[in-house]
Amino acid sequence: MEYFVQQLLNGLTLGSIYGLVAIGYTMVYGIIGMINFAHGDIFMLGGFAALIVFLILTSFFAGIPVALALLVMLVVAMLVTSLWNWTIERVAYRPLRGSFRLAPLITAIGMSIVLSNFIQVTQGPRNKPVPPLVNDVYHFGSVTVSLKQILIVLVTTILLTAFWYIVNKTPLGRAQRATEQDRKMAALLGVDVDRTISITFIMGAALAAVAGTMYLMYYGVASFNDGFIPGVKAFTAAVLGGIGSLPGAVLGGLLIGLIESLWSAYFSIAYKDVATFAILAFVLIFKPTGILGRPEVEKV
Amino acid sequence: MTPGNQTMTTETILKIEHLSMRFGGLMAINDLSFDVKRGDITALIGPNGAGKTTVFNCITGFYKPTMGMITMTQKGGKQYLLERLTDFEITKQAKVARTFQNIRLFSGLTVLENLLVAQHNKLMKASGYTVLGLLGIGGYKAEAEAAIEKARVWLEKADLIDRADDPAGDLPYGAQRRLEIARAMCTDPEVLCLDEPAAGLNPRESLALNTLLKSIRDENGTSLLLIEHDMSVVMEISDHVVVLEYGQKISDGTPDHVKNDPRVIAAYLGVEDDEVEEVIHEELDGSMR
Repeated sequence: MEYFVQQLLNGLTLGSIYGLVAIGYTMVYGIIGMINFAHGDIFMLGGFAALIVFLILTSFFAGIPVALALLVMLVVAMLVTSLWNWTIERVAYRPLRGSFRLAPLITAIGMSIVLSNFIQVTQGPRNKPVPPLVNDVYHFGSVTVSLKQILIVLVTTILLTAFWYIVNKTPLGRAQRATEQDRKMAALLGVDVDRTISITFIMGAALAAVAGTMYLMYYGVASFNDGFIPGVKAFTAAVLGGIGSLPGAVLGGLLIGLIESLWSAYFSIAYKDVATFAILAFVLIFKPTGILGRPEVEKV
Repeated sequence: MTPGNQTMTTETILKIEHLSMRFGGLMAINDLSFDVKRGDITALIGPNGAGKTTVFNCITGFYKPTMGMITMTQKGGKQYLLERLTDFEITKQAKVARTFQNIRLFSGLTVLENLLVAQHNKLMKASGYTVLGLLGIGGYKAEAEAAIEKARVWLEKADLIDRADDPAGDLPYGAQRRLEIARAMCTDPEVLCLDEPAAGLNPRESLALNTLLKSIRDENGTSLLLIEHDMSVVMEISDHVVVLEYGQKISDGTPDHVKNDPRVIAAYLGVEDDEVEEVIHEELDGSMR
């Protein structure tokens, strides 16, 4: 039982990270109907930005409080990824808007390759380790909860609340939802659609940066390849929850996290990715709209 | 106010000059010129395929006209060439709004939210592009309340106040039409272009629409340009009628003038060209006698 609870906690932590990345996929899909395959690499980039900031902080400002260091890492990572994602949208997706559907998909894959290779060339192909930042652990019977896990779940909850508020209660969120439903009509009501789409990319990137930083903190290593497997898992989470649905992305993230950690605990750890991707296949075959997704209604 | 008694001394708000739109070999609009006067309801009528919606699409930036000039003169005298603006600027700066033949509401948003999207620019600015609004700094709260108040006024005019928090897609057809007009009005337009607002309405809804349109003209001073097939609506509310056929203007004037124009009658009833000539000659003979 305690083993199960422990795995549940681990899964929840991992799931929070996937959920944050999945939101970026789902929002972009919702607003312009394309899968931003470079989003996983934006997540990886966030981790690297945090890593570099961490190294700078520890070598030049030794003795800096951990909380402050984390905050600076988060903010810088968010800025860097926002700038990248904004640029990618500007140069690779916007000129192709209105082109055939596959075109932005292909440039997205191109951008993904550009990003991961850029990091591979500039940062080296080896895994970069980080000394553990937060070491505290709490024991409840035989269940161990680390401060890291608490932080991750806490930050995710706060961000999701803020995010939910922005999308549902602010003029910006209203414009995003309107653009999602009828881009041309939104423009005719005076909404600057291009800017709204750019902001969506920036918001997705900021969440991915937080996820990247927490992933780095949790596993203690960063690799140029991180955009791929965790990125595709987050994409799976978005599809499982119902692509285009924000609560769906979070739910999907948590489910994928739980499945991954429970599978590793009770079956074979070597096959954990197989389990995840088998789910992607099953969802696509049996319920392509996902758990919370709306069925696509043909517009008349 | 009876239609047609307005003097023609009012200034022109929307001037369309030598507008042409070509799609490949098809000349959808051919050298069309007409004026929309400030404070008037101008109706654009004509048989199917005459190019009415194409004119709207040129005015609101959907199409770039092949030739011609569309000048919008605002109350303060500021002028905009609409064919040079992109779609959202036409609403935001030139203050021209439109509705569509088929309803294009944001069906997943509530009725109130539909009206708030139309006031997006004001709200975005007041919320300091969201950042200040989230922190509760600045005049966002007051501006948001003003926006909701304005939406409330329009919901009452459109008789939708009870449905404010329902998804727009759940409204009955006639109510969706009125909501579209209310939403367009929330952008504070000086010219509102309506593409067949009465299409599919029953006689009672059509009457309510007439009242709404007249109140927009009389109380808000917004000029209306509408495409309409329902002649009872056209003759009842419009001050000025422009008739198109095959992309060209065949008549232009008060409803009474247009109603009796032999070319209009011919276009609608499908009389042969020589018969029209005959009618025109007879008329000329009659007036000379």
